[in-house]
Amino acid sequence: MHLPAIVPWGAADGFSKQMLLVILSVVIIATFFLLAARKGQLVPGKMQFAGEAAYGFVRNGIAKDIIGGKDFMKYVPLLFTLFFFILVNNIYGAIPLIQLPSFSHVGGAYVLAGIVYVTWIAIGVKKNGLKYFKLATVPTGVPVYILPIVIPIEIISNFLVRPVTHSLRLFATMLAGHLIVMIAGSGIEFLVMQENILLKGTSVLVLGGAIAMYMLEALIMALQAYVFTLLTAIYIEGALHADSH
Amino acid sequence: MNQLIISAATEGTNPLVPNPWEMLVVFAGFAVLMFIVVKYVVPMFEKTFAERAEAIEGGIAKAEKAQAEASAALEEYKQQLTDARAEANRIREEARAEGAQILADLKEKAAVESARITAQAHAAIQSERQAAVVSLRTEVGTLATTLAGRIVGESLEDDARSARVVDRFLADLENQNAGAAK
Repeated sequence: MHLPAIVPWGAADGFSKQMLLVILSVVIIATFFLLAARKGQLVPGKMQFAGEAAYGFVRNGIAKDIIGGKDFMKYVPLLFTLFFFILVNNIYGAIPLIQLPSFSHVGGAYVLAGIVYVTWIAIGVKKNGLKYFKLATVPTGVPVYILPIVIPIEIISNFLVRPVTHSLRLFATMLAGHLIVMIAGSGIEFLVMQENILLKGTSVLVLGGAIAMYMLEALIMALQAYVFTLLTAIYIEGALHADSH
Repeated sequence: MNQLIISAATEGTNPLVPNPWEMLVVFAGFAVLMFIVVKYVVPMFEKTFAERAEAIEGGIAKAEKAQAEASAALEEYKQQLTDARAEANRIREEARAEGAQILADLKEKAAVESARITAQAHAAIQSERQAAVVSLRTEVGTLATTLAGRIVGESLEDDARSARVVDRFLADLENQNAGAAK
């Protein structure tokens, strides 16, 4: 089903297949977009058009729509890098012989969510000063006697739970998809090995289910890249306009 | 592969515990990619977008200018057409007035001419008459004298004779006249 891991899954050290794929993704993305953007023709060729469409999707579809205003351009590089870095690393899971979404290993998801976490807090503090923490945790228009309940909830949801859900959402969907496809594959293999012809036949049903799951996973891979980037944009927007939320 | 799942399950690896080396690789990879994007990809795309926007806006401005020029030309042509119509009207009016003038002149000239011709004819008739009267006056005297001489020469008693005399006289007169006419 896929290439063997360089070291067993979960091993503490050594150079793993996942690391190779992450480095490969950087090469793929950088090469593609450098080639696509290099010419910069007014009437784009096929490759430039594809690159511009991809770039424009993040730039206009996420950054401009969510952050908006005059200063969304500052955050386009971060959102763009996040989206395609996650997208390519996720799509690995749908490519035969590779079939390892990099973020099915939780470390990468922690790193990216951590980068985003630090970024939006930094943006909030830079924009509003230390008052930002008050703005982010004390909602306006709430009766004073409810504040003792609301403020801890806001602190927990914004500063503690948010990075965890942000990273685990990506990691869990990738791991689950990876596992489902793997289990389906193993199940087919197991059923085909059976002596009983009827039991052998059921492998066809599993194959049908596996293909459907594979399609669903491919969709989720792209969707999770989008969701991660979209949430990043929403967090940044919240930090930028903390005073109006 | 089965082995992998089994080993993952049996070794009790917690999937939520990250591998620090993987984290490092992801962080480094992301940093490198981010650097390339910030340094090259985004500026190049933005430059292209800006150039394209400029080209399109330039094209629009050009088209608007052409449009303005075209409407100005149209306005000018309309103005010229109006002017030309007015000019044509004016010329037509002038021609009509001139024609009327010429007609009036001609009529007047014709009237004058006809008056002149009439006057001339009158004068000619008058002089003819005058001449006729003068010649008549002398001739009548002669004739009367001649007639009287004849009448006296012949017997005045004989009516038939006198009638003959008068007839002869008139015949003579006619002959004379015929001779004179010849």
